[in-house]
Amino acid sequence: MTGPMTRPADVQLLADDVEQDLRASVRKAVDRHAPTDRLNAIYDGTDEVTGPLWSAFTELGLPGLLVPESLGGAGATAREAAAVLEQLGRAAAPSPFLTSSVVATTVLVALGDTEVLPLLASGEQTAALLVRPTSLAHGPAALTTAGLPADVLLLPDGDSLYAVRGATTQPVSSLDMTRPLATVSLEGAERTLVSSDAAAAVDRALLTGAGLLAAEQVGVARWALETTVAYLKERRQFGRVVGGFQALKHRLADLYAQVEQADAAARYAAATLATDDPDAPVAVHVAASFCAETATHAAEEAIQLHGGIGMTWEHPAHLHLKRAKADELLLGSPEAHRRALADLVDLPAPR
Amino acid sequence: MDEAALRERVDTLLAEHPPATTDRLDFLHARFDAGLAWVHFPDGLGGLGLPRGLQPVVEKALYAAGAPDNDPRRIGIGLGMAAPTILAFGTEEQKQRFLRPLWCGEEVWCQLFSEPGAGSDLAGLATRAVLDGDTWIVNGQKVWTSSAHIADRAILVARTDPDQPKHAGLSYFTVDMHDPGVEVRPLRQITGEAEFNEVFLTDVRVPESDRLGAVGEGWKVANATLSHERVAIGGGAFPREFGMVMKVAETWRARPELRTPATHDRLLRGWVDTEVARVTATRLRQKLAAGVPGPEGSAMKLSFARINQEMSALEVDLLGDEGLEYADWSERRPTFVDFFGQDAGFRYLRAKGNSIEGGTSEVLRNVISERVLGLPTEHRVDKDVPWKDLPR
Repeated sequence: MTGPMTRPADVQLLADDVEQDLRASVRKAVDRHAPTDRLNAIYDGTDEVTGPLWSAFTELGLPGLLVPESLGGAGATAREAAAVLEQLGRAAAPSPFLTSSVVATTVLVALGDTEVLPLLASGEQTAALLVRPTSLAHGPAALTTAGLPADVLLLPDGDSLYAVRGATTQPVSSLDMTRPLATVSLEGAERTLVSSDAAAAVDRALLTGAGLLAAEQVGVARWALETTVAYLKERRQFGRVVGGFQALKHRLADLYAQVEQADAAARYAAATLATDDPDAPVAVHVAASFCAETATHAAEEAIQLHGGIGMTWEHPAHLHLKRAKADELLLGSPEAHRRALADLVDLPAPR
Repeated sequence: MDEAALRERVDTLLAEHPPATTDRLDFLHARFDAGLAWVHFPDGLGGLGLPRGLQPVVEKALYAAGAPDNDPRRIGIGLGMAAPTILAFGTEEQKQRFLRPLWCGEEVWCQLFSEPGAGSDLAGLATRAVLDGDTWIVNGQKVWTSSAHIADRAILVARTDPDQPKHAGLSYFTVDMHDPGVEVRPLRQITGEAEFNEVFLTDVRVPESDRLGAVGEGWKVANATLSHERVAIGGGAFPREFGMVMKVAETWRARPELRTPATHDRLLRGWVDTEVARVTATRLRQKLAAGVPGPEGSAMKLSFARINQEMSALEVDLLGDEGLEYADWSERRPTFVDFFGQDAGFRYLRAKGNSIEGGTSEVLRNVISERVLGLPTEHRVDKDVPWKDLPR
């Protein structure tokens, strides 16, 4: 254990009006720009979603949500960012929001940057942290990761962090094409030192990313639950609505219970991050491990309970399954988060 | 009345009845009569008509002053189920007669609901009550009755009209457990102990004045009682690492030699699930405080049952050789179950009941899927048929 066990924070877990309004406007933008057929087209090599959706986000001021007002941002908190991510998950929509507006932005805010942040806040540019996509703590730089292409690459080198511009990007065909991986080449790129003591800032940014990814996972899971419930109320076999079969009702009841709990866990993580509560690391590891498995389970249940239609390219369930499975590994697997939690709550691993 | 005035009232009680020199029962009577028993109850019935949230003010002050309590674990069914039902459905006379001795612990209450032939399908129960002049004559058999062997009174649901469909032919009574027609037998369970009882009712006489609610309204009254039970199960506030996972975590910390990689991940999963349940319960309380009804109550009970069963199994596995020991198979009759004071094997066995008692997990899944998710209800053949014509 690194220190004494932290105490649960006394935080509000219900959405306030500001959050509700934000959620509604993000939902509208996502519904408009990320319909299923256009998401499917990304897998076939045509992305007509990411650009228009990012423009809509820029109009709403979302890229600068976590940037201080003095640098042109909204000075909002993790709670509002969580509301955005929940909607991105619900639609399985592609967006640099998590990688640029949450993770890279959090690193730069922690390091006191004033050069890059105004450009990120305005939505003119995006940034990405060059670490392995499954990292949950600072480590060696990785040239293949999510959130690319980006205008500014944050390159770790030991405890230092450099800002890199002018790199070339090569896409990698990925399990989840709504958050694809890419490989960068730094040859001929220009690098400037951001900080020689960036490890803690990188750790905090990855923790924030993992905690808010939990909200996206709740969005994925909620979509899967609601879509499946709606379908089972319509689908008829054996002369009756299949949602009346107890074997299916019970699976959905269990899934409902799990999704409601995941929602509470994600809100708690966002609230502790928003108030910089000492309990945030515990809250994040709990939410990250629970919500990741909930999203994958929900998407898998959606496929199974839809029957044949759920296996088709035409039905959006596959988009959510791919997003859920990739999200499960992103920023630390559930097992990795449980191991990190063990150190914080005095449950040491066997020697 | 505000918090300061309430504190003053507690101070007055303590000044007039110093706990150190006052007989326990006299003190409890005085506390009840001062409206400090349950402040959310009405004036004259042990309360002051205040918000329930002010009760801890009283409890903390009395505890600090060393005042005796009413041993709430011994009278849990009376406090949690009988009292709110009497308050909601009782006549003024019944409230005056029953609530004071109930709260002070002079009369212990038990609940005569479940029957061998009516578990999940409680409305199908067969215990009969027949009116003879101004007295109901009750015959039947009840089961899973905790505290029956120490109880003075009971709440009872019985069939008063078998010609009506099942839900419509029931009425609700309070019963004197000392009636010569009441026979209580211990019901031994898989742990060895007899925490519950079977209760045989043979020509038990219940005065018409002890009926609670109208004739034929027993199902409505019973549902009110059961909703209080669900509040008691799902509505609490929990500390971090509570319940079964606390026990396993203690063992894990104290006994490094028992640790293995597989048990480590099982424990961490249980820790996460328990923390998520804590946060979900916190959100549920925030919703209730904000006046937003949360449907998570039934879901909470599902989770608690699963976590208790998984973690109690893990405890046995983790202990290895010691997990095979079981100190006491004797047929004990506990007033309340000392869940954590016994062997791991006891907890493993007792936790099996968590997904059965107070609504089976299967019935809860029906409730969630039908009432929350709006899926079709189960096919029913028994709803509109006179109870006497149902196949059984």
